[in-house]
Amino acid sequence: MSAAGGPAGSANATPLLRVEDLRVEFATEDGVVHAVDGVSYQVLAGRTLGIVGESGSGKTVSSLTTLGLTRHEGARVSGRILFEGRDLVAAPESELRAIRGNEIAMIFQDPLSSLHPFFRVGGQLVEAVRAHRDVSRQVARKRAIELLGLVGIPDPGRRVDDYPHEFSGGMRQRAMIAMALANEPKLLIADEPTTALDVTVQAQILALMERLQRELGMAIVIITHDLGVVAEMAHDIAVMYAGRIVETGSASAIFSSPEHPYTWGLLKSIPHLTGSREEPLVPIPGTPPSLIRPPSGCHFHPRCFYAQPEHARIDPGLRPVETDPAHFVACLLEPAVRRRLWGELSAGRTPDEALKAAGPVEGPA
Amino acid sequence: MSRFVIRRLLWGVLLLIVVSGLLFLFFRFLPTADPAKLRAGRLQNPRIIAEIRHDLGLDKSTAAQFWLYMKNLFLHFNLGYSYYSNAPVKELIVSRLAPTLSLVFGGAIVWFVAGVGVGVVSARRAGSRLDRAVMGTALVLVSAPEYWLGLILLYLLASDIGQLHVFPGAGSYVGLTSDPVKWFEFMILPWLVVAAGTAAVYARLVRGSMIETMAEDYIRTARAKGLPERRVVLRHGLRSAINPVVTVLGLDTGVLLGSSVLVETVFGIPGIGRLNYTAITHADFPIVQGTVLLAALFIIVANIVVDIAYAFLDPRVRYG
Repeated sequence: MSAAGGPAGSANATPLLRVEDLRVEFATEDGVVHAVDGVSYQVLAGRTLGIVGESGSGKTVSSLTTLGLTRHEGARVSGRILFEGRDLVAAPESELRAIRGNEIAMIFQDPLSSLHPFFRVGGQLVEAVRAHRDVSRQVARKRAIELLGLVGIPDPGRRVDDYPHEFSGGMRQRAMIAMALANEPKLLIADEPTTALDVTVQAQILALMERLQRELGMAIVIITHDLGVVAEMAHDIAVMYAGRIVETGSASAIFSSPEHPYTWGLLKSIPHLTGSREEPLVPIPGTPPSLIRPPSGCHFHPRCFYAQPEHARIDPGLRPVETDPAHFVACLLEPAVRRRLWGELSAGRTPDEALKAAGPVEGPA
Repeated sequence: MSRFVIRRLLWGVLLLIVVSGLLFLFFRFLPTADPAKLRAGRLQNPRIIAEIRHDLGLDKSTAAQFWLYMKNLFLHFNLGYSYYSNAPVKELIVSRLAPTLSLVFGGAIVWFVAGVGVGVVSARRAGSRLDRAVMGTALVLVSAPEYWLGLILLYLLASDIGQLHVFPGAGSYVGLTSDPVKWFEFMILPWLVVAAGTAAVYARLVRGSMIETMAEDYIRTARAKGLPERRVVLRHGLRSAINPVVTVLGLDTGVLLGSSVLVETVFGIPGIGRLNYTAITHADFPIVQGTVLLAALFIIVANIVVDIAYAFLDPRVRYG
């Protein structure tokens, strides 16, 4: 998989972050969990990569590993994570600490539980500033107020002394973003930043992140299960399933001509406000596989409508799509068959109908 | 907040009145010797006993006695007089307060610091050999009775009867104000004994609380900020993990203030516990009554202090 490891985005710029064949395993009482199983992607400066997948697909673990935060949980990590040429997998804790919250910052899903309940919002921001800048408390506090203003908290000079529980959900996530921006990072990793928020607040937070990206020129990795969020934000998309990337490419390519049956499933299982009500939602059958004993061959084959017997044996690597060298997919179906199937599905047919209409589905490539 | 405090204080006073009433009834109806006869000592002649009975108000009706007792207690803070020495109980208690406070507050500091320190280290290395050794020791200490532990330590380390002459022996208590160094030297063993079992309980409590806290999202945030691990553990982790411990610290201190009988007796510390012990052996009920009331007072005050402390420890708690 690493050999074919697909870059996301155009290949002619030096990436800010390059992840190569990343593997993360946790030893548990039930066995070794292969949370991330050979993942490669890259993020270009100032761009947004969306990592999409169900819970348990390894998207959060791969990002936490970027900051070295899985070390505390006894993870075994291999592969490389190159940030401006430095390998973060091999880096000592002290070097990682200097990068965390400084050059790479992260925000999390639940802003209430992610803020310390006993410390004032301002104090937590001051701490973020002073973790990397040798400035006085007063200077850091001024910066904290400025940051809260930047992320759109009204009356920041007063709210800086509030406790997190005195903030609304949206304000808490704004405060988390402010904390992440404290040292003007080059890369912001946002792990499900809007999942815990009301729909109206979600849009505000996404708009805020886009504005800040324009103003500060930082790159963003946004991790989500919500294709609506990546459609809004991402330039490039990586779709993860069971610890692997199964498809990656530009956002427009993924939305207009998805190649992987799992991506089709994700696209067909979200309702469209503009679509016909008659068009049925097609959920992906089954549940995400165990990462202790992942399925053989193509990890998706047990849930795939179009799987052939040999797909349980052969491990599909990520390979470029003929028509688009920046678009990669890990699927054993013939490219022509895939195109016919997606054609039928996007016309509103169910997987069964698509399978019939598309004709015989045979043999690996 | 102030409304809450006032309300709690009023409840505390009410509770004390109820406890006093119950105490009166206990000592009134429990089978016991005639206080007047006890008071008379060797002069057991009916005239003197009748005189004493009259002096103590024992010839009045139960209701009148109750009223007198409550009036003396709450209007004059008069706890009565010792049957044995005729000394005012209040003065006896006040004169015995300093040794008990020395013992309990010193012990509380020892068990709090030891318990929290050991708990944090154990939590950070949960499952390691060190963790298992420490938690095993804790179990032994919890199970060891105080008087046994006290006697063992005296046998090993006291300057009079000990195998090694390290610490002053039982009965050599010196007041803090008269000689701080001697006071400290003497108090070390009693503090260790008082603290041992409680420190072990606290270590287990802190360990569990700390392991839980370190899995919280805000700990991940603290690490993601790039804070040193030390600061993550001691500021962000311990700040949360310590809350349940502070609660029990207040209550344990309050309880121990009223019940340090065993340790004071083993080490011959002239405190409230020892006063109580002697009073029980002499059936000197006014003193027993006084010390029990004092214990109730300590526990009620400790409860109020804990509640108020909670509002400061956890900003989400606000009392209306």
